[in-house]
Amino acid sequence: MAQITLKSLAHSYSPSPSGPEDYAIREMEHVWHQGGAYALLGPSGCGKSTLLNIISGLLTPSDGQVLFDDRVVNELAPEERNIAQVFQFPVVYDTMTVYDNLAFPLRNVGTPAAKIRERVAEVADVLDLTSLLKRKARNLTADEKQKVSMGRGLVRDDVSAILFDEPLTVIDPQLKWKLRRKLKEIHERFNITMIYVTHDQLEASTFADKIAVMYEGQVVQFGTPRELFETPAHTFVGYFIGSPGMNLMEVARTEEGVRTGTVDLTLPPALRNAIHRSRSRNIKLGIRPEFVEVLTEPGEASYPVEIDNVQDLGTYRIVSFTFAGMPFRARLGEDRPLPRRHAYVRFPEAWLNLYIDEFRVEVGQ
Amino acid sequence: MSLILENIDHVVNGAVHIEGVNLELAPGSFNVLLGRTLAGKTTLMRIMAGLEPPTRGRVLMHGEDVTRTSVRKRNVSMVYQQFINYPAMTVYDNIASPLKLARVSREEIRRRVHETASMLHIEHLLDRYPAELSGGQQQRTAMGRALVKDADLILFDEPLVNLDYKLREEFREELRELFKARNCIAVYATTEPNEALALGGHTAVLHEGRLLQYGPTEDVYHRPRDVLTAEMFSEPPINVVPAIVSGTEVTFDRNVHFPLNRDLAGLSPGQYQFGVRASHIGLERQAKDDLELEVQVDIAEISGSETFLHVRNELFHLVLHLTGVYEFAVDQPLKVYFPTHKIYAFDRNGDVVHIPSRPGAH
Repeated sequence: MAQITLKSLAHSYSPSPSGPEDYAIREMEHVWHQGGAYALLGPSGCGKSTLLNIISGLLTPSDGQVLFDDRVVNELAPEERNIAQVFQFPVVYDTMTVYDNLAFPLRNVGTPAAKIRERVAEVADVLDLTSLLKRKARNLTADEKQKVSMGRGLVRDDVSAILFDEPLTVIDPQLKWKLRRKLKEIHERFNITMIYVTHDQLEASTFADKIAVMYEGQVVQFGTPRELFETPAHTFVGYFIGSPGMNLMEVARTEEGVRTGTVDLTLPPALRNAIHRSRSRNIKLGIRPEFVEVLTEPGEASYPVEIDNVQDLGTYRIVSFTFAGMPFRARLGEDRPLPRRHAYVRFPEAWLNLYIDEFRVEVGQ
Repeated sequence: MSLILENIDHVVNGAVHIEGVNLELAPGSFNVLLGRTLAGKTTLMRIMAGLEPPTRGRVLMHGEDVTRTSVRKRNVSMVYQQFINYPAMTVYDNIASPLKLARVSREEIRRRVHETASMLHIEHLLDRYPAELSGGQQQRTAMGRALVKDADLILFDEPLVNLDYKLREEFREELRELFKARNCIAVYATTEPNEALALGGHTAVLHEGRLLQYGPTEDVYHRPRDVLTAEMFSEPPINVVPAIVSGTEVTFDRNVHFPLNRDLAGLSPGQYQFGVRASHIGLERQAKDDLELEVQVDIAEISGSETFLHVRNELFHLVLHLTGVYEFAVDQPLKVYFPTHKIYAFDRNGDVVHIPSRPGAH
């Protein structure tokens, strides 16, 4: 059991990096607390696999330190770090029974037989594998094999952390939620630091209490699923989390107020002032489709728009419209009236986020 | 150009893959084949394409029997899950390849490749090789090859499964646009109900080799013929609970009773299965006659901007589809509100006997 600290960590695959673009991981500080359920989420190529390999010891970082509690582990090989890993595809010994598969990591370190029996029984119980203990692994279904893989990670009680790399890829879609629940239960019962690496927002937000979202080699937000949804810290998080993602509009200061395209915006004073204080030329306002109000009649601080398209998704609709020349989306419940072509939209101020140079800025009241 | 499948059976080594499928696809239509893995989607597409003759039944294209006509003699294109391109050819040559085979003039090839590439937003990539492209760009190239010739029938076999969900969102919106101006029949296989809804057109729901229902997508979704169709065409699946209707009231969950309301008044006494969509059960009371149920949280599955909340009590398991992010601990006790006016009723055979009216329908 350990707290994992990444201290001034950076990694470049190039022997003589000349700029930030040569870094797969840009310099970062990060702490994974002991016992936490974490996810590392990002699109392919964002650096999450590099970071995972640095933590597990498959890769030595070019800069900075990895600490397990107070101990620097940069030079330690994977097997010396006591990290358990569960991969995309099950890793089991086909010719061994489920029991022997689960016992294997314990026998390797010379655990007494009585202790092995006790641990295997406990892990098999949590994973609903008890009735399969005598079966040969080769006769199992894909999801049973993956549970055995997870069990092998859990069976040692001295591991520092368990790393999961897209562990549910091979699981039948109808069974996934059951394994997700299993993972949560395991986390609560064993109190082990767990880091779940995935490109899938559902996997990440369902498993983790806190998610590190990676983009171009940086962790751009470390927050709860709710924070990622309500207050994305970076425009990329707004785009990447949620289906569809956040609407973003580029805005510019005018003498009197704030404008996007050719439209003058009616904004609360605090927000307007924050925009006026900034010297940046890269200022955006973001609002999620769930919070855009679509009206059939004009209302206070509403803007007229033309509806381009409506996707009926059964119990709700995604309305696409053009606002100030930019494509926008709103999510509309099935019971709400649907305007035909002309509509009015409102952007409630509580849900407008301000981004300066792509990062979110908190606006006081 | 219509495509008719007539009494199609397909048996491989004694195993029935397709059973008694009758389907008529109209000229210019966009059709989704929806079904889980092994429902028969790919087999049916191979039969439509002529890659495999059916064991029994006929395939008619434009009224002409083509059951035994090989794929080479039919004007068909296909896009697969894997991004299949010629690795040694540029994007331009990949897209041009079917036209070269058809001996189209060089000038015409140029025009059509550029037109198709611009439609798919890959015009700037025409000189690249497939290995230099992202997954999404590779699949766009494969689609370009399928779209460039004026095929009578274009088949898409789960073309987006290997792309990340952001790219899937983009593709879905574009795909419908691409087909608006075309006169060919498009058939698109997917395992995802929400993809079928997003694509619109017509949907055929397949299950274990049988066709459950075919019609305009919205109709099939809102007016399923039976409980199995309703379950297959909803994600998360529609909640189904057993219920007993007496002369004056409804009982389910053994101890939950409510008076038979106007909506359900037409149901004669007996046993039913009630279906309620996941998004119609809430954490707050929506109508004053909603039923309050005490449950425990199984798990809250959070998908960025929405939450699928699995709950249970001793008798059943329900799923709620909530807009926004809700965090719940495993086994947390909770009250949920079950509507009494948004209920589908299915009889003991599973056939639908009552469909709720939709206040927002237009």
